[in-house]
Order: sequence, then C-alpha cells, then structure tokens
Amino acid sequence: MAKELWKGNEAVAQAAIRAGCKYFFGYPITPQNEIPEYFSKHLPLVGGCFIQAESEIAAINMVYGAAGSGARVMTSSSSPGISLKQEGITYIACAELPAVIVNMMRGGPGLGNIAPSQADYFQATRGGGNGDYRTVVLAPATIQEAADLVQEAFDIADYYRNPVVVLADGMIGQMMEAIEWRDPKKRELPQKTWAANGTFDKREHNIINSLFIDAGDCTVQNKKLEEKYRAITQNEIRYDLSGDEEPEVVLVAYGTTSRIARAACIQLKEKGIKASLFRPITLWPFPEKALHDEAQKPSVKAVVTVEMSMGQMVDDVKIAVNGIKPVEFFGTGGGTIPTPQQIVQKIVTVVGGK
Amino acid sequence: MTHEIIISGFGGQGVMAIGKSIAEAGMKEGMDVSWLPSYGPEMRGGTANCSVVLSHNPIISPLVQNPTELIAMNKPSLIKFEPAVTAGGLILVNSSIIEIKTTRTDVTSAYIPCLEIATELGNLKVANMVMLGAYIEATKVVSVETIREMLVHMFTGPKAALVELNIEALRRGAACIK
Repeated sequence: MAKELWKGNEAVAQAAIRAGCKYFFGYPITPQNEIPEYFSKHLPLVGGCFIQAESEIAAINMVYGAAGSGARVMTSSSSPGISLKQEGITYIACAELPAVIVNMMRGGPGLGNIAPSQADYFQATRGGGNGDYRTVVLAPATIQEAADLVQEAFDIADYYRNPVVVLADGMIGQMMEAIEWRDPKKRELPQKTWAANGTFDKREHNIINSLFIDAGDCTVQNKKLEEKYRAITQNEIRYDLSGDEEPEVVLVAYGTTSRIARAACIQLKEKGIKASLFRPITLWPFPEKALHDEAQKPSVKAVVTVEMSMGQMVDDVKIAVNGIKPVEFFGTGGGTIPTPQQIVQKIVTVVGGK
Repeated sequence: MTHEIIISGFGGQGVMAIGKSIAEAGMKEGMDVSWLPSYGPEMRGGTANCSVVLSHNPIISPLVQNPTELIAMNKPSLIKFEPAVTAGGLILVNSSIIEIKTTRTDVTSAYIPCLEIATELGNLKVANMVMLGAYIEATKVVSVETIREMLVHMFTGPKAALVELNIEALRRGAACIK
C-alpha cells in the first residue's frame, strides 16, 4: 500500500476507526484537538457516535457506560484533562472493562502549557486513580507506530478486559509523517459474555460494578486483577534495542525523546563513545528483564535515562538495573524538548570524553 | 542528502502549506519525510513556522535546529532563524515585505518578491506558491511535475482552473532563481 502523509492526532483517530471503535467521548484540549475533530466528522460515517461531553469527567463516564455495554470505545485528552479522568479510569479498571485512553502529554504540573512533555509517566504507569490497578501503557515514537499501537490497543483491551493508555506527547500529536496502514497481529478475542447489552429474556442480568462493599469480596477481586496483571506482564512487554552491541553507555528513552536520543547516539559515535538505545514501547509492563540484561553487559559503564520530565521513568530504570550499574538522569521539564547536544554533553560527563 | 527546512512567517501567509507541499512531494518521490508545525504561544502571537525534513535515509529526529534551508516570509522570521542556518545553506527571503538583506556571507541568499508576482498573477493567495517555486528551483529537491499531480488531485471541479494559476506561480518563483 502506498504511503500517506498523516498528522499524528488524525492518524490516531483513523487507527481507532479502523480498529472498529464506534464511540468517542471527549472534551477539547490542545494539543490533541484534531483527535475529536476527526472523530466528529468520521464516526457518523461508520454508524458510530461522537459526543463532545460537558467535561472530561462526563466523557470518561460515558466511556465507562459504552465499554460496559461491550462497545469499542475511546477517549483522548492531554495532561490536565487526563487528570480529571482518573476516577473513571480506576472504576473501569476495577469493573474490568476494555477501553482505550489516549494522552497527548503537555507541559505541567497544573495547567502548565501546550508544549510536548513526558511528565505524566507516573500518572499513567502508577495509576492516577485510587486502588491497586494497572493500565497497559503503550508509548509510540513515530506516527507509524502510533497508528499501529492504537489499533492493537483495542485488541489488548478486549483480550484482557482492561483499560489501555496510549501515552504520546504534543509533538507526536501535531507532526506529520508518511505511514502505511496495516493490520495488527490477529488475536483470538473472547466473546463479551459479560456485557450489559440487554438480556432479551434469555439470561440473567449482567452487572457492571466497581463497588465491593464486603472486604472479602474486594480482596477476591484484587487477587483476580493481580493474576491478570501478571499475565499481561508475561505476554505484552515490548521494547526496541538499537545501537552498539558492546556499549559503554546505555541510553533509555521512550516516545519523542527516544528519537532525540538516537540522534545523540550518532553524535556519540563520532566522538568515539559506544552507546546503545533502549526504548521501552510498553511503559507498563516495563521491560525490566531486558533492560537488566543490557545493563549487565561487561562493556556497560553506566545507564542514562533521558526524559521530558524531571525524572519519572528513571525510577523504573533503577528498579530494572537494580544497582548493578550506575543510573544517571537527564531531563527537561515544563514542555522543553532536549537537544541531542545536551544529551551528548551529559553522557560525556558520565563516561568521559575521548 | 538530508534537507532540513524551516519555513516561517505570519499566520495566513501559507507557511504550513508550503511545508506540507514539500513534505508530500518528497514522500511521493520516495523520500522519508516529516513535518512539524509550531503550535505554541508564538503561533498565537501571529508568527508561525514549520520544520520539514526530507531524506533518502530514515529520519531520526523531526526537530530542526540548524536548517540547511530557511524560507523567511516575514522579517521576524529572518532575524530569528538566520543565525541557525548551516554554513553553505540557503536563505530565501520574501522581499515584498522584508526590506533588509541577509548578513551571512557563508550561505546563498535569494530575494523573491512574492506579493508583487502574486499581484501580477491576479491572486494574492498564490504568494506562497511563488516562494515554493523558488525553493524547488534552487534545491531541485522535488520535481514540479510531482507538485502538479498534487494540485490536480487537490483542485477539482470548479476549482480545476486553479491548477494552472498555481503552476504559473511556481514558474514565476523559479524564474527569480539565477
């Protein structure tokens, strides 16, 4: 198929429609407004429904309702808007419903600004909502990967009955790249026998609920969730490793930052410093073992995490590396994109120039 | 070769469209392309710019720090980005509204009176196409034929007449390049 030039936000919306998403509920916020704009035009054409809700809280609860009836449903927002959706996300996780939530991150905290950022890593991977729950977190670095991962996010959500977060940033939302439309790998998806979509007098009522008033019942539900999260951790970890096979330094970066880190790797090579780039594609589950293995190589002197935040993923990197090598951090907060030169400079101070 | 281009001007001058046209034409000619707009507060203040990368190799980062080519549609853009252009690079200046000259001696500069030419062609909206024509002539990065195919696809029905107007604008822009 011929390549087409797509803007990130529009590719995300089109990918969802290709994946069979029929419902979108959201509230406008820059830098992701082209997502609802695209859905508002195109969902009615495929027999779906777009609603611009009165608030983010209303939107996520509409997602809860549509997911509970077994529909493929999505919402999107950017950082402060995603904060407002956290209550709904923990309800959806507890009720074990499939839904896709896209966050085109912007500078924070607070209202912050509209520039690209990665400072919602904790919120996405730790759960900004209450209770012991997890969301699968997918982090695309290109428009092609965004288009691929959004389609697959719906399958992952359906397969595990779990919310899936696609975590990107304003740059990926706003930029255009050439992409090819392709289908995700086929998964055998279970029937949605749990959906509250009408009994037609043929079965008992299905009840969608996140209230387990009896502590014993709630404990059972927590155990069940834990088993599911273990299965996801076993099956869904994804990462990309590139660069030198015997690196002195391992760079760890995801999404937009991984592209800048790759440019830095090339400059490092010119300086005679061997570097590899470890790019987590799933932020949860985090590719812990693979990163540990990379850090363990005898050539590696240090691991350097680069983020558009003041230091969030670096915690997961430290857990993965588990003290076997020093872990350093370079980050830019508040919506600033690091330059390759800044990254190179940091690495030269860590491993020494030549 | 990798072309890293910054196109900058006032909102409404068609700088995003110039960038998209270059990116799309590059894609159709088999190159790897990226287009990154400014969308921040500077855009709300009246100036807008976009970064376009075209390469025969996979594009690593879509951010352009040091453009190989700068298209300045207004004066603030020229002042802001001129120092960043790589040595041996190209600066195209919309001389209709930019009265100053470039100060760099290590780059090639060309001055394109986009508005005057567009006025002669009877449609001010093609001023950005005049600039695009100059850019293509100066760099040969894509062929005018590819742009024509895109225009034919874009302007259909009652708008089909705009194809030739735009092609003429490209031609007149190209003629400004010696």
